[in-house]
Amino acid sequence: MNWQNATSKAIIHLHVNGETQEVVVRNADTLLSTLREKLGLTGAKRSCENGDCGACTVLINGEPSHSCLSLAVEVVNLPITTIEGLLDSPVRTAFIDKWAIQCGFCTPGFIVNGHALLTNHPNAKEEIVEEWLQSNICRCTGYQEIKDAVNSLIVENDDSINKTHPRLSK
Amino acid sequence: MANKSWSTVGKPEQRIDAVEKSTGKVRYIGDYSAPGLMHAKLVKSTQAHAKIISIDTTEAWKMPGVRAIITGKMFPFHIGPILADRPPLAFEKVRYYGEPVAIIVADHEHQAKHATEKVKVVYEPLPIVNSVQQAFLKDAPLVHDNAEQYTKIISDVYPKASTNIGSHIKIRKGDFDTAWANSEETITATYSFNLSDHVAMETRSTRVEINPAGKVIVHSCSQSPFTIKKVLNQFFNVEVGDILVHIPMVGGAFGGKGTVQLEPLAYLASKAVGGKVVKLEFDREEDMTTAPCRIGFDATVQLGVTKEGKLVAGKYTYLLDSGAYSDQAAGITRAAALDCTGPYNIPNVWCDSYCMYTNHPFATSFRGYGHPELTFAVERTMDQLAEKLQMDPLQLRMINGIKPGHTTPTQTVLTANNIGDLEKCIHRAKELIKWDEGQKVQSGKNKVRTKGISTFWKTSTTATNAQAGAIIIFEADGSVNLNCAAIELGQGTKTILGQILAEKLGMDMNKVHVTMEVNTQYDPHQWRTVASSSTFLAGKAVVFAADHAIAQLKKTAAVVLQCSPDDLEVGGGRVYLKPDPTFGVDIKDISLGYTYPSGHSIEGQIVGIGKHIQRHLTPMDQQTGFGKPGPWWSVGVQAIEIELDTRDFTYSILKGVTVLDGGTIINPMTATQQMRGGMYMGLSYATSEKFVFDEQGIVQNSDLRGYPMLRYGEQPTEYLVDFIESPAIDGPFGARGIGEYGVIGAPACLANSLSIAADVELNELPLTPESIWQKKKEGTK
Repeated sequence: MNWQNATSKAIIHLHVNGETQEVVVRNADTLLSTLREKLGLTGAKRSCENGDCGACTVLINGEPSHSCLSLAVEVVNLPITTIEGLLDSPVRTAFIDKWAIQCGFCTPGFIVNGHALLTNHPNAKEEIVEEWLQSNICRCTGYQEIKDAVNSLIVENDDSINKTHPRLSK
Repeated sequence: MANKSWSTVGKPEQRIDAVEKSTGKVRYIGDYSAPGLMHAKLVKSTQAHAKIISIDTTEAWKMPGVRAIITGKMFPFHIGPILADRPPLAFEKVRYYGEPVAIIVADHEHQAKHATEKVKVVYEPLPIVNSVQQAFLKDAPLVHDNAEQYTKIISDVYPKASTNIGSHIKIRKGDFDTAWANSEETITATYSFNLSDHVAMETRSTRVEINPAGKVIVHSCSQSPFTIKKVLNQFFNVEVGDILVHIPMVGGAFGGKGTVQLEPLAYLASKAVGGKVVKLEFDREEDMTTAPCRIGFDATVQLGVTKEGKLVAGKYTYLLDSGAYSDQAAGITRAAALDCTGPYNIPNVWCDSYCMYTNHPFATSFRGYGHPELTFAVERTMDQLAEKLQMDPLQLRMINGIKPGHTTPTQTVLTANNIGDLEKCIHRAKELIKWDEGQKVQSGKNKVRTKGISTFWKTSTTATNAQAGAIIIFEADGSVNLNCAAIELGQGTKTILGQILAEKLGMDMNKVHVTMEVNTQYDPHQWRTVASSSTFLAGKAVVFAADHAIAQLKKTAAVVLQCSPDDLEVGGGRVYLKPDPTFGVDIKDISLGYTYPSGHSIEGQIVGIGKHIQRHLTPMDQQTGFGKPGPWWSVGVQAIEIELDTRDFTYSILKGVTVLDGGTIINPMTATQQMRGGMYMGLSYATSEKFVFDEQGIVQNSDLRGYPMLRYGEQPTEYLVDFIESPAIDGPFGARGIGEYGVIGAPACLANSLSIAADVELNELPLTPESIWQKKKEGTK
């Protein structure tokens, strides 16, 4: 594979939502554009393309990442999870139950980030939640309902033995 | 007040779009891609004001994939919603940084973008008009040489020759001069804030094709599908019937997607490549500077009162920074004038509201349509006046609050039906913010907690012939489809309209299927999805469509049940005899007509149609402003409690309160969403947001890194929302509009609370710790 320049193309394999997919990409193609235009996974949104808003958030190797800031060729060997792979996440249902959705454009990014947050910090304190969720912008809700949704899943008792979230770990 | 017998209206029915949106499966405009789709990118002005000497496209044409290059000379005409003053592509000169200068169409987006960098534009700089005050000076450079010669698209716009005044709207009610001279106490105060941006998370995007039969097919994320048709007809000579506009769900709009900018550009692009489908999507920087933004605003407010605090005279001078083109700023100039006083009864009113051209990005409607800005000026003045009078600021508002029997600045007579109950709103907000526990409390060694309050009002300044329609079509299973051109922007309109229909038909919400996409060929005309008007206009259309369908259901059922239609009732999926509900017929058995055992059939499908048009609205008189600009006024009160650190002027917002009288609330949860989201938007604006310009008029912060907004955790710790529901008898189930209202008073009450906390008058936005520190240093108090 020639990764020396932006315009030449390569056939790569991406591991997305538990499936291996073959795609032809330009070296300059971002993971975001590859997911959206080559794999039809349009849940990750294009909004600022500068890593400022979080609408394009996906999990790369379990870590929430701005897919607008990664090249597709950088993530060939890493597991990638998009909103389409998180349909069973309790975060998704909490967003519905707590009225955290209006226009819906930021929603996938928030759910993906919220899922990773609660997986990593099942009993996160407010400062941790803020630190994580400040990377995403919602322009409709005023954040109250998003806070309610995330807080509804935080395990209150600080039990250090139980490191995994009871509803997020399978 | 929600009627106890209603089963759906007044209930927190879950949004019908929530599940789909949570999965990421909703297809917004930008989520479409297909082989053969071509891409357009813009060459944009790097100057704020300059003559275009030459545009050299030679090198751009050599770039791979380039299929067409369009410059302003190919369409040297002006367009606009109110005053046709804006060339879709600049020709002869550019008037703002980011203005479209040329379009490149290529096979791939990256090719088009790459080619834009190869276009060489030679400019000759012109003097910059970089502020609204400068624009108003007699010898200011002119942004438009002959603004008075532009075509007026609507009547209430008055550009003035040889000035930068794009429009001047006057209010002359009573005798201001005499009342001012006789006032026992007076106050004069000035306010200023810069242009800012909507920042809907979805940037503006469109795709257009011209098919071989001459049909122009537009897909867009617009609030105004029928205005797209109007613009392509008015300025591009396409027959209205040949233009088909599709709108999917929209990823936030806030007024920014109400005007028509991209679609004509994409139309020109498609035309240049033989009608192929061309997509034009703004990136974030373009969405902030090339696309229209929010007005800047300068205001001087003069209030005259009696010793007892009764307002007798008000004079308001509003200078709106409209940027390079008047667009909707010309309409906001009018809206700011007609509600200039805020919700107060003032017998003598004088207002001059000016739409000013500058060399800033042009402004359009933003949630609130000038009302957050005018409310800031009015409510800050009210607080300063209360202090002068040594009166409780809440009390001053209470004794001057507008009521039925009073008249508005345009001399519309108010009735119990067309205005909400301000007094009740004040009382409720007072309880929720715990006003009586003190407006200023020392909460720590260097910490002070303060409360600020703001009243607000707004009418829905629609076109005088604004209207909406609805078509309901029954399915074989007895469920019903609702088609109407109200656009789902996140505000929940489709859910609200579904609830209205379900209530009218006595049906479960899950039997009502609301079409989410709008298609101008199937959906009846709707003015636009702006001005908090959809629940009222489209809601009434749905009520009438339901009545129409009910009459048909009863007619068919009367034949089947061998009785008079007058004996029948519709509900629970059935049409039944009023005196004996057990005797009836299921809607599913008559929704496609009734078929007898013999095979004979009668009546056919139930299809209901309904429509509603504004009544008795008028333009405003040019000299006095006299007229009826809107159908009703929703009123409300907001309050904020903050805690300020008196050493470094950092602060946190502890509590935000909104109490609104918007008539009957159809869905208390979606309404609460709107109030909280509106407050957030107003607070984000007031704490953080503005465009920064350099001396050359170049925007310095056109991305989300340089343009601060409130983020998660910076919102009020607690948002409290409540509604007073004085019904509007002509609204659907008594509803008025509510969508914009949560934003209106938020900047004012934040500044009121911070002014008390910092002990200095804060009359500019945004209110950053640094700006508060600077005011303190100036010692203006």
